[in-house]
Amino acid sequence: MRLTRRCLLASATAPFLLRAGATRSRTPHRGGVLVVAADTEPRNLNPALVASNGVFYVASKVIEPLAEMAYGEPGFSPRLAIAWQGSADGLRFTLRLREGVRFHDGRPFTSADVAYCALELWKKHQNLGRVFFTDLEAVETPDPRTAILRFAQPMPAQLIENALPALTAVVPRHLYEGTDPLANPHNQKLVGTGPFRFVEHRPGQYYRLERNPDYWDAPKPWLDGIVYRVLPDRGAIAAALEAGEIQLAAFSAVPLADMQRLAKLPGIAVIDRGYEGITYLVTVEINHRRKELADVRVRRAIAHAIDPNFVVERIFLGHAKPAIGPIPRFDARFHTADQPTYPYDPKRAEALLDEAGLPRGPNGVRFSVELLPAPWFEQTRQMGDYLRQALKAVGIEAKLVVKDPAGHQKAVYTDHAFDLAIGSPVYRNDPAISTTILYQGGLPPGVPFSNQYGWADPAMDELIARAARTLDPAERAELYRRFQRLAAEQLPLIPVVEFTFLTVASTRVHGVADNPRWAVSNWAETWLES
Amino acid sequence: MAGELIGARGPIGPAGTGGPPSGPNPALPEGPHPALSLVRRRLAQAPLVLVVVIVGGFLLLEAAPGDAVDAYVASLGGDAGLVRELRARWGLDRSAPTRFLLYLVGLATGDLGRSLAFDRPVLSLVLERLPITLALAGSATLLAFALGSGLGILAGARPRGPLDRLLSAAALVLNATPSFWLGLLLALLFAVRLRWLPLAGIETIGAGYSGLARLFDIARHLVLPVLTLGLVYAALYLRLMRAGMVEAWRSDFVRAARAKGISRRRLVLRHVARNALLPVVTMLGLQSATLVGGSVVVESVFAVPGLGRLAAEAVTQRDFPLLLGILIVSALLVLLVNLLVDLLYARIDPRVELGARAP
Repeated sequence: MRLTRRCLLASATAPFLLRAGATRSRTPHRGGVLVVAADTEPRNLNPALVASNGVFYVASKVIEPLAEMAYGEPGFSPRLAIAWQGSADGLRFTLRLREGVRFHDGRPFTSADVAYCALELWKKHQNLGRVFFTDLEAVETPDPRTAILRFAQPMPAQLIENALPALTAVVPRHLYEGTDPLANPHNQKLVGTGPFRFVEHRPGQYYRLERNPDYWDAPKPWLDGIVYRVLPDRGAIAAALEAGEIQLAAFSAVPLADMQRLAKLPGIAVIDRGYEGITYLVTVEINHRRKELADVRVRRAIAHAIDPNFVVERIFLGHAKPAIGPIPRFDARFHTADQPTYPYDPKRAEALLDEAGLPRGPNGVRFSVELLPAPWFEQTRQMGDYLRQALKAVGIEAKLVVKDPAGHQKAVYTDHAFDLAIGSPVYRNDPAISTTILYQGGLPPGVPFSNQYGWADPAMDELIARAARTLDPAERAELYRRFQRLAAEQLPLIPVVEFTFLTVASTRVHGVADNPRWAVSNWAETWLES
Repeated sequence: MAGELIGARGPIGPAGTGGPPSGPNPALPEGPHPALSLVRRRLAQAPLVLVVVIVGGFLLLEAAPGDAVDAYVASLGGDAGLVRELRARWGLDRSAPTRFLLYLVGLATGDLGRSLAFDRPVLSLVLERLPITLALAGSATLLAFALGSGLGILAGARPRGPLDRLLSAAALVLNATPSFWLGLLLALLFAVRLRWLPLAGIETIGAGYSGLARLFDIARHLVLPVLTLGLVYAALYLRLMRAGMVEAWRSDFVRAARAKGISRRRLVLRHVARNALLPVVTMLGLQSATLVGGSVVVESVFAVPGLGRLAAEAVTQRDFPLLLGILIVSALLVLLVNLLVDLLYARIDPRVELGARAP
């Protein structure tokens, strides 16, 4: 076995990595307030309007979706819906709702709430739902426990099911109906059915949640409350963990470089599960309007110039995997390894560039590009530094242009003022939710995290549209395998690595990472050892 | 702006050694009290300063790439329809001059507008954060001034002596230390290792303290950030004070005072240090301009919800009403502090003529 830094790091931290299974051996008990780190305060905290991990991190404890992801088969655990089924023609999706559920203000949860949210919030306003629920025509509510989503075009039941965890948070109709949903005060003062009730938000300081004594899944939740301390500095988050001022930091909030040191401290565990359902990729986004980059040989050359193992070992310190296509390995239903790959091979890259008619000039440079690394993660910025060097080695001169989030969004996704960019799209349990949009043509400018690359391929568009309408799961999966092969062959963007996050927590915290979206799920089963 | 009205004509010394003549100053015109006149003039200048700040702030934010909607969808996602809808809702689909004009109309009625990022009135946000920054920056300034000038006097009392060398070296090191690093070191020592002080935040969450108990709790939380911010500035004051004293030691009036047999202690404190104090006070005024900016890093490291962090967020979120609101309040603060500094000059140096213009 080749000894790499990744192996060394893995062996160093392995004894301290706490797996969810290990925590289940103890008996949970009630009590204690869990204090966790938060580094952002979203303007709108309502997950029915904003389906985003930053929002879910806090709001998922208060407002629940219809179902949540689960490890193993069937991959879902019921929440507000206890059963669901699609019709054979794909035009209806019936949800059987849980009985005895009440909102935090005491009013009962019924199918009318689901109907209102689906038609008025998810479809009209939600960032993902506006596209996803385009064909949602009506919601029938034959009784308080049944909601039937009716679509104008066939929708695969598998796709709707896959969207349940992220896109179907339910808020009370009686607090939203007749108001402007985007300006509703309950977008900040949340009311839901979840295991925790929203108490207060002190901007710049904390969010405070308290136990919901009337939770439908009694005796859960185990915790008396959760406090999210707003800690904008990542170094301070590590120090706060050491000082015992917080007990948990999710989403790799602690710098990876500190992780190894923290893992060795008594009473602190580094947990590497609980994020598979929200796997991110690091991608090289390519502006196809640029003549040189419109040539597939050049794109393949760039792929050959990148060493994903270097990125895994040096940038992610072992906490990532080389990507094979745009669908991560975790989703075995759709992922295929049977697709063209571009192993690290600078000589092959140079040969392809020569073949494309781009020889090295007198100064050794073939052509120059502007490279914009996304500011979302420390690693996407570092990836920009690495790619600049990797491209230089094959004769492409890259000028790094670093912008803040608003500037990056405008430059890449609105103005298309870039040649190459480093992106970090998230995979959300189904390729049709937020992955195929990276390849689909004909999108207007300004849409973030979408194909703003000037890439247009009718064959790809046809495949994407067909897969999104195909009802048979097996046939649908096959279409997405074809999609991956075509994506890898044409390489409109280059997936480099896939990564999830780490949670650092006190060993007193149990019931952590028990589902693939744990950090953004409801934490009803999390408990504190006294 | 600090020092604009200084009419000093030489060092302050004992009678007969170059100091000012006693009795009423013939240069002062008859009329209202000089301090009142200064206040009036400063008030008259304030609108001009505010206009420059508002126009400058707006233009700077306009020049930055992307707007508040770009910042929003960059973090929370959206489609083309949502982008259009948000721009219309937040008035960002209007031209920059129209938006600015509307902002000015609101301002004329005392309305600082509504924050785009926080969806709250700007005034309430600023007023919520201002006391925290004032407490942090004010305490840090006091600490820096007291510690810096005190140690500066010790260092300048015997230039090139062992104590001077030690303090000068320490000041140099401290001055070159990035505040975020110093903050983390102090946090590691006092909050992580010794656990004497809280590491972050402004008060204990959910403790329910009130009255003195709450004040004490806030004070405990402010110790580390104040120390971090204060120590960095203290080094600056120390160096200024020391340099001023070294200069003063070479003055004729000091030699004359020595010849008159004044005790060294009196000479240092009453004559040498007092002369060196003016540049330190000048720095105090200038530093007030960096109250907001200088505390951003420290507020981030210690998670203090102050105006500095709010300003940083306003810039990142391209929240122009919020940023302009913060700039207006900061500008008013700077004007106020500089006015106080000018009044202080006159107390320190009787030769400073409050009502006089610089030649």
